[in-house]
Amino acid sequence: MSSQDIPEENLPAEQDHAHGAVKVADEENPFADPGLPPHEHRIQDIDERAAKRSERTVALLFTVSMLATIGFIASYVTVPDDKSIFVFPIGHLSAMNFALGLTLGVALFCIGAGAVHWARTLMSDVEIADERHPIEAPAEVREKVIADFKQGAKESAIGRRKLIRNTMLGAVALVPLSGVMLLRDLGPLPGTSLRHTAWSKGKLLVNMNTNEPLRPEDVAVGSLTFAKPEGLEEHDENFQTEIAKAALMIVRLQPENIKDKRELEWSHEGIVAYSKICTHVGCPISLYEQQTHHVLCPCHQSTFDLSDGARVIFGPAGHALPQLRIGVNDEGYLEALGDFEEPVGPAFWERG
Amino acid sequence: MSTANSPESRSRGKAPAGERLADWADGRLGIYSLAKANMRKIFPDHWSFMLGEVCMYSFIIIILTGVYLTLFFHPSMNEVEYHGSYVPLQGQLMSEAFNSTLHISFDVRGGLLIRQIHHWAALIFLAGMFVHMMRVFFTGAFRKPREVNWLFGFLLFVLGMFTGFTGYSLPDDLLSGTGVRFMEGAILSVPIVGTYISFFLFGGEFPGGDFVARFYSIHILLLPGIMLGLMVAHLILVFYHKHTQFAGPGKSNKNVVGMPLLPVYMAKAGGFFFLVFGVIAIIAAIAQINPIWAIGPYRPDQVSTGAQPDWYMGFAEGLIRFMPGWEINLWGHTLVLGVFIPLVLFPLVLAVIAVYPFIEAWITGDKREHHILDRPRNAPTRTAFGVAWITIYMITLVGGGNDLWATHFHLSINAVTWFVRIGFFVGPVIAFVVTKRICLGLQRRDRDKVLHGRETGTIKRLPHGEFIEVHEPLSQEALHTLTAHEQYQPLEIGPTVDENGVERKVKATEKLRAKLSETYFGEESQIPKPTVEEYKEITSGHGHH
Repeated sequence: MSSQDIPEENLPAEQDHAHGAVKVADEENPFADPGLPPHEHRIQDIDERAAKRSERTVALLFTVSMLATIGFIASYVTVPDDKSIFVFPIGHLSAMNFALGLTLGVALFCIGAGAVHWARTLMSDVEIADERHPIEAPAEVREKVIADFKQGAKESAIGRRKLIRNTMLGAVALVPLSGVMLLRDLGPLPGTSLRHTAWSKGKLLVNMNTNEPLRPEDVAVGSLTFAKPEGLEEHDENFQTEIAKAALMIVRLQPENIKDKRELEWSHEGIVAYSKICTHVGCPISLYEQQTHHVLCPCHQSTFDLSDGARVIFGPAGHALPQLRIGVNDEGYLEALGDFEEPVGPAFWERG
Repeated sequence: MSTANSPESRSRGKAPAGERLADWADGRLGIYSLAKANMRKIFPDHWSFMLGEVCMYSFIIIILTGVYLTLFFHPSMNEVEYHGSYVPLQGQLMSEAFNSTLHISFDVRGGLLIRQIHHWAALIFLAGMFVHMMRVFFTGAFRKPREVNWLFGFLLFVLGMFTGFTGYSLPDDLLSGTGVRFMEGAILSVPIVGTYISFFLFGGEFPGGDFVARFYSIHILLLPGIMLGLMVAHLILVFYHKHTQFAGPGKSNKNVVGMPLLPVYMAKAGGFFFLVFGVIAIIAAIAQINPIWAIGPYRPDQVSTGAQPDWYMGFAEGLIRFMPGWEINLWGHTLVLGVFIPLVLFPLVLAVIAVYPFIEAWITGDKREHHILDRPRNAPTRTAFGVAWITIYMITLVGGGNDLWATHFHLSINAVTWFVRIGFFVGPVIAFVVTKRICLGLQRRDRDKVLHGRETGTIKRLPHGEFIEVHEPLSQEALHTLTAHEQYQPLEIGPTVDENGVERKVKATEKLRAKLSETYFGEESQIPKPTVEEYKEITSGHGHH
């Protein structure tokens, strides 16, 4: 709307000035603070029709919000909660989630948009200056407080009766110890539990996927097989804690490709068994590159060479993966020839 | 005297109901004195002052939706078999925590929406705090008297990170369980006590059967309780100190210019809560977050590729990823430097930014109150330091997603990791130098603008053929705004040997302070702002050209 449309009587006699009247340009100091600039009227301040339009806009936004809330209730009752819909360009969405979220979002957003539009177009936009006062108390207040404090301290005699003060400090310092003591039973002491796993001599290597004991011929060159010790079942109460240490990965290498002498000794016909738990911070290693015999931890990219004692060749891990010594029992099944000789998983202070 | 008959109280008796209710409350709560100071409190307007509001509102949204989630969530690690309506997982063993999260997502109408709002709001809360902190940092709003409030805000940010971490670990899904395992591995690396802390935290060996219940009480009670207290204190201080403002005509260190709380900010800020809530609800309607049903229940022997924490933990993740795997074995003990150094660096990098206000106050020796904000360019060393800090943060964040960078941009993971290792040291130095140059350049431009006016883009041809661009002198408002900032002089120690040749003792800290002061305010570090004399000489001599 152009200014010609504004009824004459609505135009202000002159632009009113904000507090601290506008100074004329300072000849002495061109950089001096000229004071608050005069208030500029908005169209709504001078044209009632524009103000009415703003009012209608605000009311419309609040009305849309009400409708959206009704839409929310209607969606809650009518939309089946297993239905999926396609929304361009996002893709497939749960119809219930989409309907509820959109209606709730619109209902909330319109309240906000209405309130902000109201504030911006119809409420006074005259800037007001407020005085600040120093945060620091005036000197006399400070004196008074210090004097009061000294008076109080003197009356308590805490400075003079040292025995009371010292025993009180002692008592208050000691009493939290009870709280600390109570934390003791948060858990058992570590002892040597991190050094032992569910593996022991004679335990069969059970395929994690099929739950069947493994024979050497089940392990093909280039494959990565995950195994658990015989007797450890998913329904066991401590399964999660045991598998966190006992998880095993098995690969078959060509015996002539094994560079590490001990690794060869502890293997069976080129089949080697290593802890699956990364020695960095304990992620399960699960990526195997059959050409290079490298395994990679997907969490922090530590890379180990399985043909060379599983030494670290890249990444943040600090030491090689522990190897499990394996053999074959009388019935032709792969078995462990003992527990891991070193702790599996992340290093810790007592590991040594 | 009986007050019931006094004319004053009779006139009150005829007041409208609202006023009578207010009178009743005032007689018991003293609300009028409170309202006198605050009802028409002035708030200055600037878009960046909105960032803190985003944080406050997302925090409220998190609490509201969080309370709803507790009605359905079972913080238990007991193993159960799934029989809910999500077919692919039926018959699977999972913890009750995971089971009840599936229940919320599929069998509670609107449960998924509330879960997604809760999670999205948490991400926005942390991002909001990060950006809000940067706003406060780069404008120098942390200076006296607001240092303590800066610390409150910093604590909110750090506690927010841990509340977020414990929160996303609660569903006991494969991704978050991997994150908890990472935390356990990091705790194990602490010399001497690490193993014990880990056993006490998890009730024995990892994962045990306790951590979800323990994280739950930390996540819904302990940390948010502290945060709520801190946030209230933060707001009380904002009210008490009154808001900062940028320099401008009519705005000084002794006033605050803006619009009153009632009605403008009541409507704007109150409305803004609904805007934030509405936007988050719409995001939660269309953008899936943390689909735990696709990730599956936690198993310590399983993992998925591309495992990432929420963004605010990516910084910790990056530190642990690019650190070389150093390990020292001596006298039967292991010092796991490869994990322990990142664990120490994590709080250290954060602490640097937390204590910065105190360092700067010591260097400037300025004990005055500051309510006028700095433009970042006018504090080049501070700005450069802040950008250097963000550079460390961002490079480390890249390190936290090195696998994603490698797969998305077809790079070698080793190359990305090495880039981060080198960038961690070199990046902040480059960022510091470049930022400082840019700030000084902008200061020069401001100076030119003040002295020679604004470039109008109008080209004029002089009688003798020369082309010049017409410059338009600035208004007094603009001149004032561009010259309102203060410039410190570097601290001078003076000669350490007096006229008699006797050496004066200067403390090492004093020398350091003088050196830092030179770095901050020396000739290399700020462009002298134009003086009135310079201005007059140029403008009076040959007019404006």
